[in-house]
Amino acid sequence: MTFRKVPPGPGRLPGWLPLIAVALLAACSGPFPQSTLIPKGDFATMVDEVFMTTVKWAVVVFILVEGALLFAIWKFRGRPGDQEPEQTHGNATVEVVWTIIPAAILAFIAVPTVRAIFRTAEIPAGAMEVEVIGHQWWWEFRYPEQQIVTANEMVVPAGKPVVMKIRTADVLHAFWVPQFAAKRDAFPQKYTTLYFTTDSLGAFTGQCGEFCGIQHGRMGSLVIVKTADEFAQWVATQQVGSPMVNAGKVEVDTTTPSDPAAAQARSERDSVMARGQRAFMAGGCIGCHAMAGTPTAGLTGLQGPNLSHVGSRMRLAAGILQNTPENLARWLREPQVVKEGSLMKLPRPLTEDEITALVAYLRAHQ
Amino acid sequence: MADAHAHALEHPTSTGIDSRKLAIWTFIGSECMFFTSLISTYLVYKGKSLVGPLPHEASQCMLHGKMQECEQIFSIPLVTFGTAVLLFSSFFVVMALNGAQTGNRKKLLFWLSATVIGGLFFIGMQVYEFTHFVHEGLGYTTNLFGSSFYTLTGFHGSHVTLGVIWLSTVLILAFRGKLPPEKSLNLELAALYWHFVDVVWIVIFPVVYLMR
Amino acid sequence: MATSVLDHAHGTAHEKTGLWSWITTVDHKRIGILYGATAFLFFLMGGLEALLIRWQLAKPEHGFVSPEMYNQLFTMHGTTMIFLGVMPLSAMFFNFMIPLQIGARDVAFPRLNAFSYWVFLLGGLFLNVSFLLNAAPNAGWFGYANLTSKQFSPGLNVDFWVIGLQILGIASLAAAVNFFTTVVNMRAPGMTLMRMPMFTWMSFFTQILLLLAFPVITVALVFLMADRNFGSHFFSPGGGGDPILWQHLFWLFGHPEVYILILPAFGIVSEILPVFSRKPLFGYAAMVFSGAFIAFLGFGVWSHHMFSTGMGPVADAVFSVTTMLIAVPTGVKIFNWLGTIWGGSIQFKTPMLFAIGFVALFIIGGLSGVMHASPPADLQQTDTYFVVAHFHYVLFGGSIFGLLGGAYYWWPKMSGFMLDDKIGKLHFWLTFIGMNLTFFPMHFVGLHGMPRRVYTYPAGLGFETMNMIETVGAFLLGLSFLTFLYNIWTSARTRAERVAPADPWHGATLEWAIPSPPQEWNFNEIPQVHARDELWYRRRQAGGTLPEPERVSGAGIHLPNPSYWPLVTAIGVLVFFLGFMFHMVPVNILGGLLVLFGAMKWAFEPAG
Repeated sequence: MTFRKVPPGPGRLPGWLPLIAVALLAACSGPFPQSTLIPKGDFATMVDEVFMTTVKWAVVVFILVEGALLFAIWKFRGRPGDQEPEQTHGNATVEVVWTIIPAAILAFIAVPTVRAIFRTAEIPAGAMEVEVIGHQWWWEFRYPEQQIVTANEMVVPAGKPVVMKIRTADVLHAFWVPQFAAKRDAFPQKYTTLYFTTDSLGAFTGQCGEFCGIQHGRMGSLVIVKTADEFAQWVATQQVGSPMVNAGKVEVDTTTPSDPAAAQARSERDSVMARGQRAFMAGGCIGCHAMAGTPTAGLTGLQGPNLSHVGSRMRLAAGILQNTPENLARWLREPQVVKEGSLMKLPRPLTEDEITALVAYLRAHQ
Repeated sequence: MADAHAHALEHPTSTGIDSRKLAIWTFIGSECMFFTSLISTYLVYKGKSLVGPLPHEASQCMLHGKMQECEQIFSIPLVTFGTAVLLFSSFFVVMALNGAQTGNRKKLLFWLSATVIGGLFFIGMQVYEFTHFVHEGLGYTTNLFGSSFYTLTGFHGSHVTLGVIWLSTVLILAFRGKLPPEKSLNLELAALYWHFVDVVWIVIFPVVYLMR
Repeated sequence: MATSVLDHAHGTAHEKTGLWSWITTVDHKRIGILYGATAFLFFLMGGLEALLIRWQLAKPEHGFVSPEMYNQLFTMHGTTMIFLGVMPLSAMFFNFMIPLQIGARDVAFPRLNAFSYWVFLLGGLFLNVSFLLNAAPNAGWFGYANLTSKQFSPGLNVDFWVIGLQILGIASLAAAVNFFTTVVNMRAPGMTLMRMPMFTWMSFFTQILLLLAFPVITVALVFLMADRNFGSHFFSPGGGGDPILWQHLFWLFGHPEVYILILPAFGIVSEILPVFSRKPLFGYAAMVFSGAFIAFLGFGVWSHHMFSTGMGPVADAVFSVTTMLIAVPTGVKIFNWLGTIWGGSIQFKTPMLFAIGFVALFIIGGLSGVMHASPPADLQQTDTYFVVAHFHYVLFGGSIFGLLGGAYYWWPKMSGFMLDDKIGKLHFWLTFIGMNLTFFPMHFVGLHGMPRRVYTYPAGLGFETMNMIETVGAFLLGLSFLTFLYNIWTSARTRAERVAPADPWHGATLEWAIPSPPQEWNFNEIPQVHARDELWYRRRQAGGTLPEPERVSGAGIHLPNPSYWPLVTAIGVLVFFLGFMFHMVPVNILGGLLVLFGAMKWAFEPAG
């Protein structure tokens, strides 16, 4: 058996070099609205700093070690007629050195890591609390100070620390808002916490971070950041009909406007609302959803989201659909097609009339 | 188990220890992790039960279809006696092994029978205890204590049962005169396992029954 | 149990062919081949599952498979690759190579070895039968409580998983006891511990990990089964139980399991690099002790899988630092491999390409591992595709590359013919390129916020391009394995022209001292070992070349008797567990009795 020389050539160029280039190109071709690499909150920024420290060291180590490997396979490639190489068995000095160097590099990573662990564990004072409750497969948000219950969209004021107390109503989930804070698991018996402060206004996506069953993939959430004034206004609206305020009872305006046109509009609206509400009860919606103006108005802990302000939300079905009349109708018509396996199981199919009434009724609940 | 070969002695192993003996030791090492996990779980869940009956204190529990005050469920004297019998059986099997190694058939049969009877007594004690507990309202599903207690002691009990079956097999061999001194390893292996089962109980007994 | 087969220098060997001879075989080499063939089929199955997953994720909102089917696919992909692919493929090499490397005629307990195989086969079939009932496990290979409870997973899916893994655990434990004893006790004269080949060393550590880690998952699985079948409360919050107990038990097993998957590959690479560099392994002792250190530390880092559970800053810091510590012995290994090829005369044969590829890719996996050893960073990365990228670099780039290198390296020894080197190189490059195309973009897609275990993703989050690249890469990987199959087929067809000599690579270890394939009794005489690289020592003593060992007739060498009792006992194990599947105690009892009966017959039949 003789050793055949393999000529050095482009065939031995590492195959992943061009791939890295391609991947980097792809990685830069954003936009990436859910990226952990574009932090917009203080928590996520702290995390990003630690990560970037390790990345820098990793790149250095990567270039040096892979470089040494490439150099070695080029330099020590076998040639025909090679003598038997020198039979070295080891070198104590070298071995000690290359044990110590990685340990030293790790120290440079470990120190900022441990510092960040303790920094991220300090919950800022004066934070606004939001209770985050995971459900199969949607998120519930309760604001104990503001006495609000909402779903899938967490509205927060800019510039104020927000602390999230996270738990689950069924199986484990993880609440994850990549751009503001990292993720924390949701457990049934205890609260885990996560916090952030941000100045970035707008709506930002997040997703469930712990496998939780058939629709784990479509358990999205939004964080909506408003100015302090807008937030106060939003709170005031949401408090109307909240089960945490006055048991969800809403003062109904029973006076008739003197202007006939307004009276006409009011009566039409009242009639749509009445039809919608009938469908809401007859169609079985009320079995799972709290709704202002119905017997479930004062209830929390039902299986489905509180719908008292569903019209004000941007999306439906935990982020799958934009909240448009067409999408709402579609969701009501065939929830198991839109979100297979979802716990939104209608006791009977809704009629088209009921759907029309319900869409108007639900969208009126701003 | 029963097929020790004379030539195994002629050709020594790398360590000089018989491979079957080494395998039993290895298996015991693995079993240690098994029981460690079970005992840890018991400890983690100690005092976490939502309803009674509880091991050491009176509690509210569901009995005969209604909630009522239940007394502590453990009866320490009975278990202490069972523990003593199990420990003594470890001593018995040492005597039996000595009989086997010296070719003293009478000694072997007497002490090995005593070991098996000791093991059977312990199993009987456990069956009685479990039955009594169920009668007192502690089922497997009653509370966390029930789940973790029955799982831990039940697995130990099944190990005792296996040990009794193994020792009985060796006893039958001995009765038939098929356990000459050069084959005493067959008993030694069973004895090793039996000692292990005893040692595990020495941990379980204080952790479960004595620690409050 | 079984008897030790130290030396059978009396009696005769008989010709063994036909199906029955395979069913009753207790020959470690045949059992190794059975392990290899079975595991490779399961591996292809797991690969097919991966391709379906990648097809589904090729574009956003793709409706190729239903969410339920997707969950079954990714659960079975993970479970299959770990328990039915990589572990038994390693077991193939344990079986075939450990006795040869330490100069033994067989393992310590040949019948126990057969039992391990049959239990593994039945367990693997049991798990996969679930597909036929459309009830494949669907709660992830990690099966986190309380999703696995009867309340949230009422179907048979989780039952298949919890029972299948218990069956497979028995196979692993029996094999671990066997190989531990074999390495400790069956070494040829002169084969001191510090002369053992590195593959044997790393496999030995693997057995210790198996022995200590598998009981823990067994306990967890027993709890889960009891919760599901008998209404206990171990993981049910309603009864006071805590789902987090599952995570501790699972990862106390799960992290050592990671080293169970990678250590054999470390060993294989440590065999290949010296042989194809024509110089000894650099820093042998450091390699042994770093392996031991990795195995030991493997039990102290489990909670780094649980940073997002909110364990508190102190626990986070401790587990973070212990995890980072593992990078030190791992780094030592990488540097020693570099030191091995440094100054050598590198022969670029297929096994060597895979070994070098292993080192190159494992570095990447190691570096990303350090990144999420940092708890704050892990809080972002856990359960994202970043982690998927990381562990595929260590499990595919690591374990699979090591195993493929081993397959090319030992193929001539196991089969008696050489695989085609040209096709082998094509196979390597397809695998290498496909692997990086598939898994490298996952780092970025994960960092950009794509969670794992999602059956689809919405458009507009920037995930589209990278997912498409990954899918292309995955199908390239599929093609690479077709190339491998083609290589085996075409090489086998022309096997007469490619007969393997005893030592085609100028190997250093004892398996190359005997004919390819070895005769049933392995060594005509139990060898005397003089040095660490025994064959190189002998060659030097002989002045450069060794004579080709001759095949001799087996007269005079006594072999263990074939036995079908291991199979009967293994069937008993399966029946016993089927009782839990169907909630039928009589079936449990029947299975238990069958196990007892088989074990008794086994114990009292003449072992040979």
